[in-house]
Amino acid sequence: MSGASRMSLSPATTPGAARDPLWLRVLLIAVTLLFLGLFLLLPLVSVFYEALRGGVRLYLASLVDSDALTAVRLTLLTAVIAVPCNLVFGLAAAWALAKFEFRGKAVLITLIDLPFAVSPVVSGLVFVLLFGAGGWFGPWLTAHHLHIIFAVPGIVLATMFVTFPFVARELIPLMQEQGSEEEQAALVLGAGGWSTFWRVTLPNIKWALLYGVILCNARAMGEFGAVSVVSGHIRGRTNTMPLHVEILYNEYNFQAAFAVASLLALLALVTLAAKELVEWRARVDMRSAAGTAAGEEK
Amino acid sequence: MRQPFKQHSVIPGFGVTLGFTVFYLSLLVLIPLSALFLKTATMGWSSFWSVVTDPRVVASYKLTFGASLAGALINAVFGFIVAWTLVRYSFPGKRLVDAMVDLPFALPTAVSGIALTTIYSRNGWVGCWLESAGIHAAFTPLGVGIALTFIGLPFVVRTLQPAIADLDPEYEEAAASLGAGRVQVFLKVIFPGLLPALLTGFALAFARALGEYGSVVFISGNMPMRTEITPLLIISKLEQYDYAGATAIAVVMLVASFAILLAINAIQWRHVRRINGRG
Repeated sequence: MSGASRMSLSPATTPGAARDPLWLRVLLIAVTLLFLGLFLLLPLVSVFYEALRGGVRLYLASLVDSDALTAVRLTLLTAVIAVPCNLVFGLAAAWALAKFEFRGKAVLITLIDLPFAVSPVVSGLVFVLLFGAGGWFGPWLTAHHLHIIFAVPGIVLATMFVTFPFVARELIPLMQEQGSEEEQAALVLGAGGWSTFWRVTLPNIKWALLYGVILCNARAMGEFGAVSVVSGHIRGRTNTMPLHVEILYNEYNFQAAFAVASLLALLALVTLAAKELVEWRARVDMRSAAGTAAGEEK
Repeated sequence: MRQPFKQHSVIPGFGVTLGFTVFYLSLLVLIPLSALFLKTATMGWSSFWSVVTDPRVVASYKLTFGASLAGALINAVFGFIVAWTLVRYSFPGKRLVDAMVDLPFALPTAVSGIALTTIYSRNGWVGCWLESAGIHAAFTPLGVGIALTFIGLPFVVRTLQPAIADLDPEYEEAAASLGAGRVQVFLKVIFPGLLPALLTGFALAFARALGEYGSVVFISGNMPMRTEITPLLIISKLEQYDYAGATAIAVVMLVASFAILLAINAIQWRHVRRINGRG
């Protein structure tokens, strides 16, 4: 999914624009704004409207509610574990896939994308089949008083599964495009493997890496379907923020549900802003690199 | 002689990174997913078949596939217009509008679910208008379609944008100078060039919609035989500790999404081959 949106330069207006007549341009822009306004802006605005409807005091009170705070803590804990794991995996996978030629590479790339093709509900289900009471490891876990399903480890595992490809997906195409000439030069000049990675590779991929982490984090904090299957919805214990939103909403406590939802919507807005910032920085870097190259040629 | 597994390279770390990649992938993704198929294999064909062809399950397929298809089609039309406008025209606030397109990716599905339900319910901002026209949106298949349109939109727009940006205006100019009208240029020059990207975006939106859960469960109302989507049936089977039933339905969904994934790869592969053949 994010492959298409990755780091594309926003193109300048082409001369082709001149050939679409003015009425058509106005019409299509109007359709675009109306459609996006109806489908994207309205839901976003409604979250904040419903959250603040009862006044700021009620809004804040719903956020400092002890169950809400527990949900916030669990969501943060999940992201703090899942994101670094998938970050390390993404770096390792991108290094292996972009810097070397070996058989079965295409298959491996397809397998990394697998979690994107799996319904969130199915992602949760597979862990229930493994670790649930009737699952493969269920009896052993029960015998040793270990809890994975309907407990925090299951939530973390399901989150890791659904956020698995994000960092790798951002890095693999970029590193393949960059090739390995710079690394080879560093190694030939006597740099070690690690210092080559830190000083040559990392600076080249830092913006894509950051973007991958931002996307991974957003999904980790916002995942609903997979986590819903494994959590057991134990209030104040195994509720992440999205699950807490669901519980409050189903109890007709709309104001509180939207208050917690507004935090998640803020996270989404920060994610979108960070994406813009990262793309802008990547463009500036690319331009300055092109500038130095042109300067050297003179 | 067979070619070696790996070509020689001076760059270090192949064993470690590939080893870790395969290990982590197997542990977190491949082994859990294979559990799904092994569990189904223990069921026996006849019980598997009776679960996946149960009338209530079949009704959920119809709703899920139908609403996903409708959502993806709406996105193919409006996503095309959005992508075209964002690439070819300039207007104030364009950067902001462009950034907004990713909102359905970034907004947690539970949040979009309750927001859409509130807007389209009987006394919601849009729902009250539809209601006065006699249309019920929330808690009907229409509501499911609306939610699936919302989550599929970025797939079409983000797949089409680079393709539209890559269109060489020279072809359009050549066609126009040879006497083609704007409509003809669009149908014969622009559209065929964008078709692979449009199909890919459509298929991605469709695949995502099939498995979607969070943004749909609130607006659908979950009435058996009428507004129950397939992922919800998996959850309700699990809640009754019917692991085998849940697994059987999950396998059907998984096979459907793998088939779409294969179709997407086939579209892209054909497209690449055509471009390379031409160059």
